[in-house]
Amino acid sequence: MYVRLLSVFFIFLLSCKDEIKKDELSVIDNNKVTESNYDLEVYDFKGFEKFLNQSDDKVYVVNFWATWCAPCIKELPYFEALNESYSNKNVEVLLVSLDFPKNYEKKLVPYIEKEHLKSKVIALNDPDANSWIQKVNEDWSGAIPATLIYSKNKRQFYEKSFSYDELKTEVEQFLN
Amino acid sequence: MKKTIKIVSALVLVLAVSAFTLNKTDVDGGYKVGDIATDFKLKNIDGSMVSLADFNKAKGFIVVFTCNTCPYAVAYEDRVEALNKKYADQGYPVIAIMPNNTKVKPGDNFEAMQARAKAKGFTFPYLMDEGQKIYPQYGATKTPHVYILQRTKKGNEVMYIGAIDDNYQDASAVNKKYVENAVNALISGKDIEEKETRAIGCSIKV
Repeated sequence: MYVRLLSVFFIFLLSCKDEIKKDELSVIDNNKVTESNYDLEVYDFKGFEKFLNQSDDKVYVVNFWATWCAPCIKELPYFEALNESYSNKNVEVLLVSLDFPKNYEKKLVPYIEKEHLKSKVIALNDPDANSWIQKVNEDWSGAIPATLIYSKNKRQFYEKSFSYDELKTEVEQFLN
Repeated sequence: MKKTIKIVSALVLVLAVSAFTLNKTDVDGGYKVGDIATDFKLKNIDGSMVSLADFNKAKGFIVVFTCNTCPYAVAYEDRVEALNKKYADQGYPVIAIMPNNTKVKPGDNFEAMQARAKAKGFTFPYLMDEGQKIYPQYGATKTPHVYILQRTKKGNEVMYIGAIDDNYQDASAVNKKYVENAVNALISGKDIEEKETRAIGCSIKV
């Protein structure tokens, strides 16, 4: 048990270090510390765009987040709760992670598994953000958290954090 | 006759001043390219107070809103340092400003800023936006967020707003160096091709 704790601590040290020293990344990447069966879907923007333009009868709530983004993590449970409570009202939550690819295995997948996220999670990996941020929404400066809610005939973008009540209020407007 | 001239010139002066103040108060959504940026007096990590006006020889500035704790900001630290090394001597020094509320992000407090700057060997001022008064005037929403200013007779004119380059993940895979291209254009007296760009970043913590 002690050894296990120690190794966890060591991994923690490694992961801290890797955010700071970029040159050492390749080395760390070759020694992946977590192996998981979770099948993470990763898209570039071209591949991702279809998730912004689904034209069935559902209301889509697309949240841009990352494991390192504290306000994102704070509001994530609200999106999960929304996904669960509104699934019978044809509302679907999509969590779009902007985590760095080097952290998919180390941080993102472990987080998804630890929190038992039920909403669909995908990763968007397209470093040339200037080419696609405006295609998500004209008003998006690029800060996260950010959320897009849309249906067939309505679309609203929010560059802000949500409380659960605020989120419900916004989604309700799409249901009437 | 003399009196009329006096009155007219007084009127002109009033008009000019009010036009200027109008321009200055119109900052709700932050600056657009072409606006005149405010100067400030902010505390640097060495304890001194820094203003843009202190830089006698500067032709302009690369103002970067950045912090210790945002992974995107961290990914750009070395590139920001390289910008200062390259352009400070050419008249465009980097001025870094940390805009976050340090109660929300203790990792961005003054001591942490000092430690980070020392560890990374920053050669540019790293200023604390104490009271968070400056970043809203600029309209910064995230870290990192760059404003390139040029000294003109009107003041420090905003010439570029946005990202540092087009690849936060890998400096060696960058195709477009937005900030370098903009500063190079200013130095050689040409038009900046891309005056506004966007990048993903961490929302500024209030």
